[in-house]
Amino acid sequence: MSISSPEPAGPSLEPGAIDCDVHPTVPDNKALLPYLEPFWAESIVSRGIASLESISYPTKSPLTSRPEWRGKDGFAATGATELAAQVCGRWQAGTAILNCLYGVQLVYSEDMARAFCCALNDWIAKEWLDRDPRLRASIVVPMQNVEYAVDEIERCARDRRFVQVLMLCMQEVPLGRRHYWPIYAAAIRHGLPIGIHAGSAYRNPVTALGWPTWYIEDYAAQSQGFQSQVASLITEGVFAKHPELKVVLIESGVTWLSAFLWRFDKFWRGLRTEVPWVDRSPGEIVRDHFRMTIQPLDTPDDPHIVERAIEHLRSDDILLYASDYPHWQFEGDATMPAGISPALRRKIAIDNPLATYARLREDAR
Amino acid sequence: MNMEVMSKERAQGARLSIVDCDFHPRLTHEQMKPFLTNQWWSYLQTYGSRQRHGQAKGYNYPKIAPQASRRDAWPPNGGTPGSDVDFCREQHLDFYGIDHAILTPLGQSTGNGDQNGELSAALASAANDVQFTQWHARDARFKPSIVVPYEDGVAAAAEVRKRASNKEFKQVFLLSRTAEAAGRKRYWPIYEAAVEAGLPVGIHAFGYGGWPLTNSGHPSFYIEEMTEHATGAQAMVTSFIMEGVFERFPGLKVVLIECGFGWLPSLGWRLDKNWKRLKDEVPHLKKAPSEYIRENFWVTTQPMEETENPDHLIEVMEWIGFDRIMFSSDYPHWDFDDPFTSLPPSLTIAQRRMVYADNARALYKL
Repeated sequence: MSISSPEPAGPSLEPGAIDCDVHPTVPDNKALLPYLEPFWAESIVSRGIASLESISYPTKSPLTSRPEWRGKDGFAATGATELAAQVCGRWQAGTAILNCLYGVQLVYSEDMARAFCCALNDWIAKEWLDRDPRLRASIVVPMQNVEYAVDEIERCARDRRFVQVLMLCMQEVPLGRRHYWPIYAAAIRHGLPIGIHAGSAYRNPVTALGWPTWYIEDYAAQSQGFQSQVASLITEGVFAKHPELKVVLIESGVTWLSAFLWRFDKFWRGLRTEVPWVDRSPGEIVRDHFRMTIQPLDTPDDPHIVERAIEHLRSDDILLYASDYPHWQFEGDATMPAGISPALRRKIAIDNPLATYARLREDAR
Repeated sequence: MNMEVMSKERAQGARLSIVDCDFHPRLTHEQMKPFLTNQWWSYLQTYGSRQRHGQAKGYNYPKIAPQASRRDAWPPNGGTPGSDVDFCREQHLDFYGIDHAILTPLGQSTGNGDQNGELSAALASAANDVQFTQWHARDARFKPSIVVPYEDGVAAAAEVRKRASNKEFKQVFLLSRTAEAAGRKRYWPIYEAAVEAGLPVGIHAFGYGGWPLTNSGHPSFYIEEMTEHATGAQAMVTSFIMEGVFERFPGLKVVLIECGFGWLPSLGWRLDKNWKRLKDEVPHLKKAPSEYIRENFWVTTQPMEETENPDHLIEVMEWIGFDRIMFSSDYPHWDFDDPFTSLPPSLTIAQRRMVYADNARALYKL
């Protein structure tokens, strides 16, 4: 495990970048015990609820972490020091946003979900944010119950180091549906974007054709879920009602977006009478309201194709720098794919994240 | 491009040979009757088709127009769009000078995805008889597809073998919303029979597999169904590759009909990237996923992708390969692509020839 990183990684990096997607690992429920209310702490012991690890990221899957970052249990990044050494040390990020993927969304009981989310957010604040001033975090909310989710935003937003509300890509119902809207109103009240991260609550099969055989199909299907969520948020009218809302698609893949918008814009022209509140093209709405993290980009290594695929997005504002540490998305220190111009790299690394995360601008003042 | 050049190009396009790879005949229950047993006919009168959604008489996502059809496609004889052979011939084949139209029958009358497997098989067989006797026999430019009860692989393979000696049937025909992903082994008898018969497998968007349209549950609107159908097609292509279908059946040719095509290069890149990291999970794959896409898949054009910058569309078509893209109109549906105007004007004549006809002629042996 490379805790110390004496040598910075060289010219492919943007010093002071804002890393919009890094993952702290909760090893198991014991780590959260001190942060759980007594009833729930006792419950997880007496009922033998050892772990909420999700099959979205099996610990030992090569994608979940690079081998050299794993500790003896196979977990990467169980502490702020090792995470910051890689992300802020070697890769020279000035700020990194923690997106915790522990499987609190899997729980069916609304009350248990709320208890775990509270414990998780408190654990993040105490064990991570308190230990390194470069770290920021997303508020993990219990999507099982909208009132509880709003309560958790209100509770955590007082701590200005929480910069975003985090939810998973695959939910029980699509994210545009109206009963979720109080969550978006709460996020806006506190200047927080909504971050939608790859992953599933496993309420529905991960494909429209049922449960696939292989893990690789599960992971590949994440980008399908993002397409559906973008369509749902737009067609239900979330941005007509909440024009201030910003949504960040995290670990979504990037290159699917252009062809998706060609199709979506075309059908909007033909079918807009069904959703009259969508009063401009989905492409315009996406460019105003959505942002995407750059890992994984989902292109070949060929810099020409990278350049063309980014050109197809028709926006210099949409991409945000992210390493997706410790997920194994790229080799070595190639955090920024070749084929991106220096001016755009600077925007992706710093300007676009600052424009997206209001609370990071407070720090910059 | 000035208007004079544009109109010249279109005139040349109009003179090119055209094969339409997605023409929807409406097969009526009355036409099916002679090919069904009394038992099934009586069953249909009493209980009707039971799709994997609750609507007895309509669609779970109501279409934007009656029968999802062009207003001008309703024939003067009072029938439904796509049901009158003479009117279709005049309005579509003759008007555009179409050499061949591949029949792709949809709707409850074909039994596709019905909850009752035996009814599905009876209707599929009747649909094949009707295509041949009512359409092909009256105008040989109409080429039937073998409709199969695809949720039962063995019964579907039997239907393929029953029709295989009739060379006018040009493909095995499935819908994209299967009950399990199409690469799963329960469907392999279909692919085995198709390869044995030397037929491509055409898979048309839509259908009802019983699962929500998205992996986050049921969306609300028809515009979402239209837009997000492509995600199901992405899962289907992924399944074909990851299950090793093309290692078992290297000669299998799959045509994605009305699934869109702009997403295909991006999907290939994503799968390649994931495979590079996770290949130990799927050791039965012998090459990168995008190579299977390049070798085993064809796409049809409608609904033609509309990019704000026309060069972007050409680039995507190049990434897919012009030898894999085939024109389709989707007649008589509301989002019909006009053969004269829907292809990008900047395609070369050689590219237009391939897309309009040559690729389909080679694939379907026309």
